[in-house]
Amino acid sequence: MNRRTFLAATAATTALLLAGCTGTGGAAKGQDAEAPKDPAKVSGTITVLTQRTDLVQDGTMKKYAAAFNRTYPKVKVEFQALTDYESEVKIRMNTENYGDVLMIPGVIKKSDYPRFFASLGTRAERAEKYRFTDFTTVDGKVYGQSPIGVMPGFVYNKKVWERAGITRWPTTSAEFLADLKAVKDRTGAIPYYTNFAAQWPLTSWTYVNGSVHCDTGATTKLAEGDPWAQGADLRVGDTLLYDIVRRGLAERDPTTTNWEASKARLAKGEIATQWLGTWAIIQFQDAAKKAGVDPADIGFMPFPAQKDGTFCGVVGPDYNQAVNIHSRHKEAARAWIDWFTDKSGYDKDNLAISPLKDAPLPAVLTPYTDAGVKLIELDDTAGARVKLIDDESEVGIYKPGYRQNLVDLARGARKGSLDGFLGDLGGKWDAARKDTGS
Amino acid sequence: MTDTTARTAAPPVAAAPAPAPRRARVRRGLTPWLFLLAPLALLITFTYVPVANMVAYSFTDWDGVSPELRYTGAHNYAELFTRPELFEVFFVSGYYLAASAVQIAAALYFATVLSFDVRFRNFFKGVLFFPYLINGVAIGFVFLYFFQDGGTLDSVLALFGHHSSHAWLGTPVSANTSLAGVSVWRYLGLNFVLFLGAIQSIPGELYEAAELDGANRWQQFRHIIVPGIKPVLTLTVILSVSGSLAAFEIPYIMTGGATGTETFVIQTVKLAFQFNKTGLASAAAVVLLLIVLAVTWAQRRLVPDDRVDLV
Repeated sequence: MNRRTFLAATAATTALLLAGCTGTGGAAKGQDAEAPKDPAKVSGTITVLTQRTDLVQDGTMKKYAAAFNRTYPKVKVEFQALTDYESEVKIRMNTENYGDVLMIPGVIKKSDYPRFFASLGTRAERAEKYRFTDFTTVDGKVYGQSPIGVMPGFVYNKKVWERAGITRWPTTSAEFLADLKAVKDRTGAIPYYTNFAAQWPLTSWTYVNGSVHCDTGATTKLAEGDPWAQGADLRVGDTLLYDIVRRGLAERDPTTTNWEASKARLAKGEIATQWLGTWAIIQFQDAAKKAGVDPADIGFMPFPAQKDGTFCGVVGPDYNQAVNIHSRHKEAARAWIDWFTDKSGYDKDNLAISPLKDAPLPAVLTPYTDAGVKLIELDDTAGARVKLIDDESEVGIYKPGYRQNLVDLARGARKGSLDGFLGDLGGKWDAARKDTGS
Repeated sequence: MTDTTARTAAPPVAAAPAPAPRRARVRRGLTPWLFLLAPLALLITFTYVPVANMVAYSFTDWDGVSPELRYTGAHNYAELFTRPELFEVFFVSGYYLAASAVQIAAALYFATVLSFDVRFRNFFKGVLFFPYLINGVAIGFVFLYFFQDGGTLDSVLALFGHHSSHAWLGTPVSANTSLAGVSVWRYLGLNFVLFLGAIQSIPGELYEAAELDGANRWQQFRHIIVPGIKPVLTLTVILSVSGSLAAFEIPYIMTGGATGTETFVIQTVKLAFQFNKTGLASAAAVVLLLIVLAVTWAQRRLVPDDRVDLV
């Protein structure tokens, strides 16, 4: 009797929970967050979720809100800074309570955007003014907009590279490796810092994709073939990382690296190079100032590969901001996104590329302009499919695990060969591609 | 005639008490459950409901955030048992298992020594127990610096003239041994306190009698202390084995499972939160629960929970 009662209660509880869980499936769909006509009349309190805990703590976000209120006096903006943004917001996406404005977590399937977010308009109208609209377009409607553009590249110490006798950016992997060796032999600095222990910096190497062959269809190629085939961009990038470590050009003990300390160490010339992105430049410059070093020593260079004698840089969105479909103040939320994207100066404050198509590059990228680096934006039509294959295969091209394994392989902590390793990845990817219906 | 009749009459009998009202009886039976209401509510809400939820998810293909999920029957379990590489991580648990043997032996030693009259006994009790009080995540961060290239451990070794360039977390064997060592440091105090408490509950007369009969310390330990604390010893072994199978915080914080340090729980967390396979991860968690229960059952069969009788 007790057993039967318990099981019945458990079954009932489970059924209720599952029903509750699937309840959001019936939520509204296809709503729009329209831009307000008259700024003075928009009202309401909106909550903005952000991962920039530093900006919320030091009051910068409040300054943005104050500037916003000069145009929209009746909107009250509150911020919630989340240290572990992805995990926390993912859980909140199971409710209606995920702020009014939020950055779209990576875990949300693109096809689900219309379920969670209100549309900002059609791709046709928004693409004229903004970059990156493809990344958040579902069925012709746009569901998010990034306030900045970012580009992967090497953050390096100019003084150290000069001291090693290097006068121009390397144009091939072989040349890059030779340069790192020169740094090691002539300066004593750690030529390349993997930041293995911090994990997330290693995922940056996936953003090599597109830079090697100047190919806007690089993402589509991931969805259609073996990302590690001979000559493929990811193979080129992973092989370079492997060779750096195998030749002893990386830090001695990758397993106890320190990301925060590495900024100051690069500024001071103890570390020569890290593959990160434009988003990191301002952080390294700040570290340089604190260390009493000239911020101008912080340099930025593209991946060492050229097509027709030209370097290539891939510009992509950072987190895309979106309006919660359940928000009671969609107009105010839309106003914030538009203002923050167009007028806040957030892109300039972060030395980032503007999301506006007609805006100039940040001054920090003048060396790119001088060198004639070609900037491209990848076609993200197949982006959702790539993520699906990635999860299904458990390779994790956007996760740290596989490249940590690659570094372990290169330094002898793991058995096997590079070809075998990349072949395994390709095999898993291919199987997952077929399983997910390609 | 009348007098005779009166004398033989039965003496008056006191009335039997009336039976208690029904409501009172019912109320008395309910009282214990009223006291248990709060703990039961907490237990059910934070343990049994999540477990039921987990079991339910293990039969779905949910990704952890999509509004839709589909029931896939036993598909997740079938996948688990057709992917042997998912169980290879239990070899990593072997390090923690070996470490727990060291941990129990050390704890037993300290508990025995400190149960006799020793100077500064209370001080050493505090020192040994303190690590257990520290938050697991904080311990992970502290030991990350400890094992760093040129960190605390290297510095201390250098004081003794041993200059090493060994990367403590650099190879699977070295990393797992280091992490298991951290685990010993953290949990030794718990074992120690359990053993000490059990040892102190043994009557002092037994030691006096044994000493009169000429038994030395080792003999007292072997014939009085070990039998006396057998239930606690058994419990500790069971907890250690379960803990080894489910090791998580220390390897997760310090290495994230890199360099061959991934445990079953870390693998499960990655399946759920990195590859968004909540259904498969739930099935893995259910399987781990069953493994732990099976191991515990086997241990109980091997070492029955009999009463201690020293007298």
